[in-house]
Amino acid sequence: MEGILKVAMPGLILVVEALVLLLVALLHVAYTTYAERKIIGHMQQRLGPNRVGPRGLLQPIADVLKLLTKEDIVPLGTEKTLFYLAPFISLVAGATSLAVIPVWEKFALANVNVGLLVILALSSLSSYGVILSGWASNSRYAFLGGLRASAQVVSYEVAMALSLVGVMLMAGSMNLAEIVKAQVASPFKVYAIPQIVGFFVFMISAIAETNRVPFDLPEAETELVAGYFVEYSGIRFGLFYLAEYFGMVVMSAVAVTCFLGGWSGPFEIPGVPFFWFLVKLYALLFFYIWVRATLPRYRYDQLMGLGWKLLIPLSLLNILITGLIKLWV
Amino acid sequence: MEKVLFGYLAFAILASAFLVVFSRNAVKAVLWGLVMFLHQAVLFLTLQAEFLAAIQILVYAGAVLVLFLFVIYLINLREELKWPRFLGTYPLAFLVIFFFLVLAGAGISGFTPASPKGSLSPQALLSQGHTRLLGEHLFREHILAFEAAGVLLLVAVLGAVVLVRRIREEEK
Repeated sequence: MEGILKVAMPGLILVVEALVLLLVALLHVAYTTYAERKIIGHMQQRLGPNRVGPRGLLQPIADVLKLLTKEDIVPLGTEKTLFYLAPFISLVAGATSLAVIPVWEKFALANVNVGLLVILALSSLSSYGVILSGWASNSRYAFLGGLRASAQVVSYEVAMALSLVGVMLMAGSMNLAEIVKAQVASPFKVYAIPQIVGFFVFMISAIAETNRVPFDLPEAETELVAGYFVEYSGIRFGLFYLAEYFGMVVMSAVAVTCFLGGWSGPFEIPGVPFFWFLVKLYALLFFYIWVRATLPRYRYDQLMGLGWKLLIPLSLLNILITGLIKLWV
Repeated sequence: MEKVLFGYLAFAILASAFLVVFSRNAVKAVLWGLVMFLHQAVLFLTLQAEFLAAIQILVYAGAVLVLFLFVIYLINLREELKWPRFLGTYPLAFLVIFFFLVLAGAGISGFTPASPKGSLSPQALLSQGHTRLLGEHLFREHILAFEAAGVLLLVAVLGAVVLVRRIREEEK
């Protein structure tokens, strides 16, 4: 019995750690939706949710319960397997990236040597959920959404990967924990200052990757009704919703790790080693919500023009300059 | 354990590759391609080639196949789905493939792995990591081949642009 325990212990610890991370992330996702509704409400001179629980704090939980108990409708003429599979692809690809992010020095679920590449790979896979649901729904609105998503994700994936190359060059590593350590040792403490161009490109393409306003063309409520998830109902719709917010949290966490110095801060907070990580994460999430409340949606040709004619050349220039500085300094 | 894993991966890669060819529906063919690429990435992982695995997913599964899907969405394949078979001569194709297999078998039977050259040794891989070693070799020793491949791709892109422009001008 003890022998079995000894063998199974590392695996068991990993599973428990993964569950804890998932639970915390889910809570964050749930309350990001609450924060979004509250903040946008106040920005638009409204109150936001305030009926369920004190100050509406139980609203996200009520929403989840509502989505769970709703009828699950699968329209006629859909491609059944893919229709069922698509929301899970979105969610799994979005949430798995959390495993490689170092929340603090001693906690990263999987300390992978090519962590940055893993995140890029998973974020490019998450577009399959959108593209497949658009095709499997057998609906014109959903199909147009899927079509838009595939072109958008491929274009902005390039800009995002290129914007992170500057960080890889400066840190000399693709391991996220190493990148944070290299940042702490660098003169500015964060890469957001020397890599300001990369940071700018990353933040914009991250919004496009997660299909949020002002780049939410795949779901554009006003023209495509809801785009790719038009035919989904109940908890299947909920999974897409969850995937979008997971994507938002993951992208913010990557920005915190690669550009804002990860878990390090101006001073240590005893007992809460991940304090600064969370502060930076919340600031970036607020930025996302702020952008959504402020900017109108882009037109499709403007979106493509911005990606290919501005962001990609900018990030290429950034790589060149970073490389030259690395060479001579 | 490793052999079981390899057996499963090899079987899954072969099976999904066959399904890519035999699917009548183009979108499903692309999706079986995705399944194949994911299994290939895991195969690279079992060989401790993390970098290759990540690039495999990032480039092939994440970009190339998404573009394939995009193109398939844009062209209408409903008619072709009802055609009997694209080729009436496909028994002959099996004959050709059989001879190719014989050739490949003859090639593999005399195969001996080359001894590690220069800094490309297992020890160096362990100490420096795949990414660094691969980058150094690619951008120092094989820079000419790398650049030539890049120029070739650029020529293809420019050619596509020129063709589209010519068609549009003729329409005017």
